[in-house]
Amino acid sequence: MTDHAGTAGRAPAPPSFLSRLGQSRNALGLAFMLPAGVFLICFLAYPLGLGVWLGFTDARIGRTGQFIGLENYQFLWIDAVFWLSVFNTLLYTITASILKFGLGLWLALILNQHLPFKAFFRAIVLLPWVVPTVLSGIAFWWIYDSQFSIVSWSLIKLGVIDHYINFLGEANMARASVIAANVWRGIPFVAISLLAGLQTISPSLHEAATLDGATPWQRFRYVTLPMLSPIISVVMTFSVLFTFTDFQLIYVLTKGGPVNATHLMATLSFQRAIPGGQLGEGAAIAVAMIPFLLAAILFSFFGLQRRKWQQGGSD
Amino acid sequence: MTSAPPASATAATASDDTVGMDYLDSLPRRILVTYLPLACFIFVLLFPFYWMAITAVKPNDQLTDYEHYSPFWVVEPTLQHIKYLLFETSYPGWLWNTVVVSVCATALALVASVFAAYAIERLRFFGSRWVGLGIFLAYLVPPSILFIPLALLIFGLGIYDTKLALIFTYPTFLIPFCTWLLMGYFRSIPYELEECALIDGASRWQILTKVLLPLAVPGLISAGIFAFTLSWNEFIYALTFIQSSENKTIPVGVLTELVRGDVFEWGSLMAGALFGSLPVVILYSFFVDYYVASMTGAVKE
Repeated sequence: MTDHAGTAGRAPAPPSFLSRLGQSRNALGLAFMLPAGVFLICFLAYPLGLGVWLGFTDARIGRTGQFIGLENYQFLWIDAVFWLSVFNTLLYTITASILKFGLGLWLALILNQHLPFKAFFRAIVLLPWVVPTVLSGIAFWWIYDSQFSIVSWSLIKLGVIDHYINFLGEANMARASVIAANVWRGIPFVAISLLAGLQTISPSLHEAATLDGATPWQRFRYVTLPMLSPIISVVMTFSVLFTFTDFQLIYVLTKGGPVNATHLMATLSFQRAIPGGQLGEGAAIAVAMIPFLLAAILFSFFGLQRRKWQQGGSD
Repeated sequence: MTSAPPASATAATASDDTVGMDYLDSLPRRILVTYLPLACFIFVLLFPFYWMAITAVKPNDQLTDYEHYSPFWVVEPTLQHIKYLLFETSYPGWLWNTVVVSVCATALALVASVFAAYAIERLRFFGSRWVGLGIFLAYLVPPSILFIPLALLIFGLGIYDTKLALIFTYPTFLIPFCTWLLMGYFRSIPYELEECALIDGASRWQILTKVLLPLAVPGLISAGIFAFTLSWNEFIYALTFIQSSENKTIPVGVLTELVRGDVFEWGSLMAGALFGSLPVVILYSFFVDYYVASMTGAVKE
């Protein structure tokens, strides 16, 4: 490619500065990167740095903070509510991710079969993912209502339980409820992404395995799963990231209650920083999420590496 | 849903002739293994929407009276909640704000992303691979760790509580996503086309606008649709940066303004949620394949 640029630059007349600029891929690259770069540096990289800095200050709303070193983190270290939120976040992320993966993979396998109206099913399955989380969260809020919950009512009519379930009023029930809502919203993403991966697996592999006498379980375990593992690792990394940093569902359903039982790190950070006004402390909680996110990203990175290796490529 | 897994497991072990491809499966087995679980999935995934819609048209007296009326059906549907929503609240204003913010943020992000993706993928300037990796990492930075410093920045810029605050901050998650997606699309367009244009004396700008962009229209639609729904769904920035009722977006407005005191107006809340979802759902229904392509594309690349 450099040859092209070279021959184009060897024009009869000495090239002007502008036309030389037009030939330099570095200058052009810089110019083309400018809009995106400016945006990302101003509104992403700079705030990221500012957030880390804020974590070391005692900034409040309306008052620029003084550098106070690790005081915020020392305070958080002995703060039971913070540790509860860490526990909740891990519980929420791990449980919801496992459920999303299991159910999503199952749904993907179902949708990968020969079905009538397959495109239609695929389209409606994705609906929970398309609809704004806050709005479907409001629907769940109504479904989880302590007095008029349709789930409680149906279960009573079926004779399973004899009193209304207090979905969002009791610590463990509230945790289960928000996890269920998150799983509901996350299944379509996992299922449709994995379905896209399943469709790339050649049917001849399954036919060959069948001829060799493989049972359906063996075909799944030794053909489907290994072929799917690269995309599983990427999809689950995204899923874990989204779940770990979730804010909307909790804010809609419980606002962290009852008695902080469902506070995630993101909601606690919001709670302390915006209504509470303690910007420094909120930022410190947000920064405390970064190590977990880095772990997830590294996981994704090695997932991608493995994919390249599996395909036999070096690039 | 609870009865399905053991049923499918027994079906798999009980019948010996199940080895073979899908078309060899018997009908009862297919019903147990495929159709029943699928029906359960569809029911669970769609029930909240049904519940949302049925609540939105229920008169207030039927809303909580499960003894005399079946909760799953509505006897005399009413439009009173929708009327209340449209004429007595600022709902139309929120809808308009959401449209303006989403369209502007998407347009801004798309323009910036086209240039960035072209530069990274085709100009191959010094360090472009690292910039590409940086874009991917930027996509992984979640809004929940950015909103506090961004709030300070927005306040410092003097655009707090304006639509501009959202239009400028939404591209932080839209640009990385769109760039990443468009990079994949540009990669799929043969390089030879560009070389031909170069030989014919086209400038880089002409190549981009006359050769690459017309070919990348599906990619642009995918990225645009996805970016639009992402900005429509955005919540934490809109909640933090917007104070006054007339500047709120739909998700924030419905949650903070329609919920007042202890008495919940469930009918109008559900109507608000329904009407806030409809625009994205309609858009999605027209472009399902593009949407799926962009969702899976971002994962697959």
